[in-house]
Amino acid sequence: MTNALLYNSLGYPILSAVLLTPLAGAACCFFIRNQTVLKLWGLLVTLMTAALSLPLWTAFDRSTPAYQFVEMMEWFPSIGLSYQLGVDGISVLLVLLTTFIMPLCILCSWKSIEHRLAEFIFAILVMETAMIGVFVSMNTVLFYIFWEAMLIPMYLLIAVWGGPRKDYAAIKFFLYTFVGSIFFLVAIVALRVKTGTFFIPDLMAAEFSFGWQAWIFAGCALAFAVKIPMFPFHTWLPAAHVEAPTAGSVILASILLKMGGYGFLRFCLPMAPQATEFFAPFLIVLSLVGILYGGYLALGQSDIKKLIAYSSVGHMGFVTLGIFLLNDEGVKGAMLQMINHGITTGALFLCIGIIYERTHSREIQDNAALGMFMPVYVTFLGIFSLSSLAFPGTNSFIGEFLILMGAFRSQPLVGAIAIPGAILAAAYMLRLLQKMVWDSSDGHVHHHGEAAHGGGQGNDNDHAHGRKLWDLDLRETACLTFLVVFVFWIGLNPQPVLSVMDASVTHLLDQVAAGQGSVQALAGH
Amino acid sequence: MSMMEFLPELVLIGMTLIFFGLSLFKADSVLVGRVALGGAGILVLTAFAALSSEGMLFFDAYRVDLFSQTFKLLIAFGFLGVLALASGFPGVRNEISAEYAMFLSISTMGLTFLVSGVELLTILLCLEISSFALYVAIPMRKGAHRTQYEAGIKYVLFGALATGVTVFGMSYVVGLTGTTYLSELGPLLPDLVASEPLALIGLLMILSGFFYKLALFPMHFWTPDVYEGAANETTAFVATLPKIGAVALLIRFMASSGADSGHLVWVLSVFAVFSMTYGNLAALVQSDIKRLLAFSSIAHAGYVMVGILSAGPEGFGSAVYYIFGYLVMTLGCFYVICQVAPAGENLSFDGLKGLHRKSPVLAFTLAVAACGMAGIPPAVGFPTKFLVFTAAIGQGYYALVILAVINAAISAFYYLKLVRAAYALPEEELSSGAVHPRFALGVPMTALGIFITAVILASGLFPEPIVAMAREAVGVLL
Repeated sequence: MTNALLYNSLGYPILSAVLLTPLAGAACCFFIRNQTVLKLWGLLVTLMTAALSLPLWTAFDRSTPAYQFVEMMEWFPSIGLSYQLGVDGISVLLVLLTTFIMPLCILCSWKSIEHRLAEFIFAILVMETAMIGVFVSMNTVLFYIFWEAMLIPMYLLIAVWGGPRKDYAAIKFFLYTFVGSIFFLVAIVALRVKTGTFFIPDLMAAEFSFGWQAWIFAGCALAFAVKIPMFPFHTWLPAAHVEAPTAGSVILASILLKMGGYGFLRFCLPMAPQATEFFAPFLIVLSLVGILYGGYLALGQSDIKKLIAYSSVGHMGFVTLGIFLLNDEGVKGAMLQMINHGITTGALFLCIGIIYERTHSREIQDNAALGMFMPVYVTFLGIFSLSSLAFPGTNSFIGEFLILMGAFRSQPLVGAIAIPGAILAAAYMLRLLQKMVWDSSDGHVHHHGEAAHGGGQGNDNDHAHGRKLWDLDLRETACLTFLVVFVFWIGLNPQPVLSVMDASVTHLLDQVAAGQGSVQALAGH
Repeated sequence: MSMMEFLPELVLIGMTLIFFGLSLFKADSVLVGRVALGGAGILVLTAFAALSSEGMLFFDAYRVDLFSQTFKLLIAFGFLGVLALASGFPGVRNEISAEYAMFLSISTMGLTFLVSGVELLTILLCLEISSFALYVAIPMRKGAHRTQYEAGIKYVLFGALATGVTVFGMSYVVGLTGTTYLSELGPLLPDLVASEPLALIGLLMILSGFFYKLALFPMHFWTPDVYEGAANETTAFVATLPKIGAVALLIRFMASSGADSGHLVWVLSVFAVFSMTYGNLAALVQSDIKRLLAFSSIAHAGYVMVGILSAGPEGFGSAVYYIFGYLVMTLGCFYVICQVAPAGENLSFDGLKGLHRKSPVLAFTLAVAACGMAGIPPAVGFPTKFLVFTAAIGQGYYALVILAVINAAISAFYYLKLVRAAYALPEEELSSGAVHPRFALGVPMTALGIFITAVILASGLFPEPIVAMAREAVGVLL
């Protein structure tokens, strides 16, 4: 291998540029003293990264499942490790999701983060590099390095800028994910010892015995199941979500949880197809439990952030369900649902952050009856809530529909069990919406009257509740509008997004089918 | 015998004599510190210059080869590091600083001889030289702590026990083979170890002496008390240099004693697992930072052992790289301890609170070193663990690696506690906006901190040169 190889039509190392821009930006943070300049710098760097990543969408060749924009460079030759970057139809969307969500994370922290701002921007930018790194790595060690490197800035985001129980939440987050992923490391080493390579495409093409596959699958799946998170490894998630600052919650929901699903698609399915087929029923059961249990718990929450966090467990249950259905609709639906969840739940966490800045409470009761004071806000909240419960016309509908279609096509019983999950989602989201916008029940007449009084004075301050309410400002409106565009764009015209993943998903399922075929051949002998 | 073959040793002998001279005149500790730094600097240069020397000295009992010279360079580098982070020996009484420096030099000298020793009695002598100097140096601590004497006595008693066991083991091996030269033992030992239980026992008893230096189970008991009781700079020394020497010796012995022998690997695996598990579990509950590092060093001894017992160029190479990584990360931790506790007191978690406010350099160095110890990329601790695990899986020791990995996960908890202590701030201080007095580190110390951090990160991101050097070094043994 020559020292540096570029396989792309653009003629410049676009992936390295996207990967390293935030890191370079992070390094500069400590030289900026002025707080406003710091925020602007963070915004500029994330926007630049997003702009740099745009050609990944426009120049992406949708007709091939191969890795594109590949870059290779020697790094650690004595163990055969290189710096290898590339994206395919499965990862490119996640890279774009990351680069487009990150500016919002800076924007949503504009007023809420005041202390240790330089470190905050630094952590966010390092986080961005690590997350992009996971999606563009073409070898297992690089993947693992970025995977682990994410833990530190995320840990700091929760532990330094988090809520009252931040220590507990941060440690729990760190330990769960670290313990999960360290078995993944063993799997990586074992793969290297067996095949002599760290290169993911080579590993995808390699053939392993069933026993070997089962171990590799188990090692990898544990890491991904914790990250996504699947029932019963989900307990770190509500704590982390609730305690994290808004930007941390958005990153967690929008991107971090996607790592698990991406890992399943990148490692488990292609490298251990027979084991995948063997374990799929178990994982489908866990997914179903996640869907129903997450929805059930969400229904009982009084804390908005906890509610959304548990709804994430349910949504991610749909993702893993889609993946392990192992059919075209299921996997595509799961992929799309990962993007959708990134957009919608990210937006919901932004909404929670916005209201928390005003009322300093995340309790539903404390934030009831906002419709009168914040009409713009509740409009956005309504749209995202409807998207979250997969209302037709919104993005999540397409994803959930594809997954359920996949389920009914191959295993109708699974589909039938998953349907109540979708209904639960409608129940808890509508309950949330109803309380936050109208709050006409629960006998809170007293409060209602006073609130009306406050509104009647033409004063946006809800003094009766000790709340200071004002509607969205330009910055907040811009953030949410940006996401609303995607909610409807994907909801009404999902084809451009689906076409990106089409070739890669088909190829992936062919690989799995070929692997399964060899199982049947084995059984036939 | 050319001068070059023995040059690093001569420098150390010279240093020892100079400190002896200084001790006669009750030299000031600042002067002693500067002389020590200068001497260690020269030592590093000469060790580097002598890197490619080869030869057999002193009736073939002393072998100078790439392996020994690489370890000499590591020891020299470690010695320079220890002296640099404790300039002027603040933890030791001013009037005995020259003696203190002399004993550290003698111990370093013993270790430098040790890595070249290829004859059992020479090895024993070198081991004793390095230990005896430390027996004297450990209780040398400012103030009248009970713990320092306890530390000294524990180190002496366990050292004597280790020596006794080693000599006993040597008697078995010599009795069975009739020779004390490793070059002659080499061809005989593998078969003997496989067929003769006595040889295996003898070999294990010899190795026990080295386990004592490495603080590996079952010879680890002295570690926490000695770490806690000794002055910070002494602990930094004890935590790093003797372990380098021990790893060198263990590799030399394993290379010549048929490491493929099932029994030996089995026993060493058990030791490694116990060491990791005990070290990590006990470290979880420590509040004194030095005690925590002591237990963590017991755990690290287990990881190194995984590399050593995997044998072959991959296993030994990974162990050498591991000990290099351990050296720089430990120096990073002790750099912080020595700066945060300038009067030489012991440091607890409370003492680290709000460190990032008082000194961002110290906090960041500690964070990088601790993350490295936990094995989180991109610090050097990740590739070291990765290579050790790769070597072990390459030999088929899956269960061992899984146990090691579980241990690594446990260790993340207490290393994270260190980072958290450095970066967390008590809420009341945060709200009151109390301004912390900042540490006046000075330019040289700040530069040292940045340098250590840079080495930890750079050797983790670009491991190739060091790993290539380590593999070349162990190549001469195989």
